[in-house]
Amino acid sequence: MTAHLRWRKFLNGTMLGLTGACTIITVSMLFLILGYLIWNGGKSLNLAFFTKLPLSPGETGGGMANAILGSFQIIAIATIIGVPVGFLAGVYLSEFGGSAFPFLVRYAADLLNGVPSIVIGIVAWALVVVPMHHFSALAGGIALSLMLIPITVRTTEQFLHEVPQSLREGALALGASKWRMVATVVIPAATAGVLTGVILGVARIAGETAPLLFTALNNQFWSAGLDEPTASLPVMIYTHAISPYEDWHRQAWAAGLVLIALVLIANVAARLILSRGASTQRG
Amino acid sequence: MAAPATISAPPNRGAQSFLKRLRGGDEVAHLIVLVFAAAVFIVTILLVWELWRTSQLSRHQFGLSFLWTSIWDPNSDIYGALPFIYGTIVTSTVALLIAVPLGVGAAIFLSEMAPPASSNVFTFLVELLAAVPSVIFGLLAIFTLVPLMRNVIGPALSKSFGFLPIFKGPSYGVGVLTAGLILAIMTFPYIISISREALLSVPREQREAALALGATKWEATWDAVVPWARLGILGSIFLSLARALGETMAVTMVIGNDPKIHASLLASGYTIAAVIANEFTEATGDLYLSSLIELGLVLFLITIVINGLARLLIVATTGPGTKK
Repeated sequence: MTAHLRWRKFLNGTMLGLTGACTIITVSMLFLILGYLIWNGGKSLNLAFFTKLPLSPGETGGGMANAILGSFQIIAIATIIGVPVGFLAGVYLSEFGGSAFPFLVRYAADLLNGVPSIVIGIVAWALVVVPMHHFSALAGGIALSLMLIPITVRTTEQFLHEVPQSLREGALALGASKWRMVATVVIPAATAGVLTGVILGVARIAGETAPLLFTALNNQFWSAGLDEPTASLPVMIYTHAISPYEDWHRQAWAAGLVLIALVLIANVAARLILSRGASTQRG
Repeated sequence: MAAPATISAPPNRGAQSFLKRLRGGDEVAHLIVLVFAAAVFIVTILLVWELWRTSQLSRHQFGLSFLWTSIWDPNSDIYGALPFIYGTIVTSTVALLIAVPLGVGAAIFLSEMAPPASSNVFTFLVELLAAVPSVIFGLLAIFTLVPLMRNVIGPALSKSFGFLPIFKGPSYGVGVLTAGLILAIMTFPYIISISREALLSVPREQREAALALGATKWEATWDAVVPWARLGILGSIFLSLARALGETMAVTMVIGNDPKIHASLLASGYTIAAVIANEFTEATGDLYLSSLIELGLVLFLITIVINGLARLLIVATTGPGTKK
């Protein structure tokens, strides 16, 4: 009996210790990744990275100014298309929907959300690149907007849902029509949550590479316009990392550090907005 | 709560026409949001339709045998999906074999053992890991994991377990096992955050009843809490499986890009997503391109089914209120 009890206590201690070890291993991955990136990227990052164009293979120096601008252009296009479409569709699902069609839209959004990013790239290629006859920032932006739309739809719907019913009833009781109630009471009350979701969504698409490979393609120079092949940071990291050139690897590390900094800052900012929004709502 | 102040002019006199105008506004607003909701629906239909349409040439040429043909030869214009389907499934399986025990273990610790404050901090850190872009995982893997596999792990495995066909042969660093490892790191954040939610939604009474019967903390967790949350945990596993199957960049950078089926995990391989990423822009010839798109279609169908299962399971445990 005591032997059995000792065994049970031993098992208890061991298994609990193992789950703790699992946690430490998983969390330490983040620090390993960040530490290694900061170490290597920090060594490689300099002013030229932000101001100069990439040099041809083998040459030392240069930067990725065109890719930084290109990334911002592509993300801006994706945001301009994706956020309004996703937001208004989310408003429909939460406030105006009946029963049958919202189910279909919700299902479609979930399906779109689960589509692998490389498949999104194929579809954007077929829809935009083929009719336009060349790769472009526009095609890249549209590809990324296809990923941003479902994220925005679901977060908008979710946070509008969380607005208390009494607020809606209060507005209606004061004589507001439905759309005024939605526009001036429900949406403002959910702003912090929706904004958080949108920031997280944009941060996610900012690091996407696969949908850009055959939509925006890449460019060693400044792109002449939104209808031209355009460089972006993720694609640059990819092409530089798999190249055999030492100096290109250095540039890849620098680009990796810049990209991860942007993504993590966006993530932390989103959390701050959400926690501040939540506290003002309660207060 | 400043918002309601902007609702002014409650309709008093002449209310009838004013109300009508407002009702008109309602209909306009309804129409506008309906159009955008319909756009989301139409875009999704369009996506499926485009994949179907542009892969037509390949579907007609090869039929269903595309799925079990193991030759991929652009020079003779013969295309079969088997090496890529095999590579995709094997890398994802390796990833899950590593990520599931680690992820579920960490989820148990975070929901049952850790104090709530530190549990939240750890969960936030794990979710940050999920936000790291795929190409960054690939970049790190090329310069850390690949040399490690080539010089340490690979030789050690083939020395100790070389009698097993899966660990036979030389290790070049890149390969199926390397891709599986990096996929494991990329997927366990999903397992952890969703499994933790499922575990946290288990009623307190479950734990208290088991403890009151004299169970140890671990017995209460394993026999009373985990079974209650098993559907949610299973859902998190399916969700991360879908992520792993469709993952492109990190895998493309470390798998070695060899369209042949090797028994050894140390050998190079190829996945569906990787071959599309690598060959799409270079594909000359309509049949070549169409075959790549059909691969995309296959990947799309697999992930849709697995995502659907995952969602059903997660909804079944955490309830329709949270994840409808």
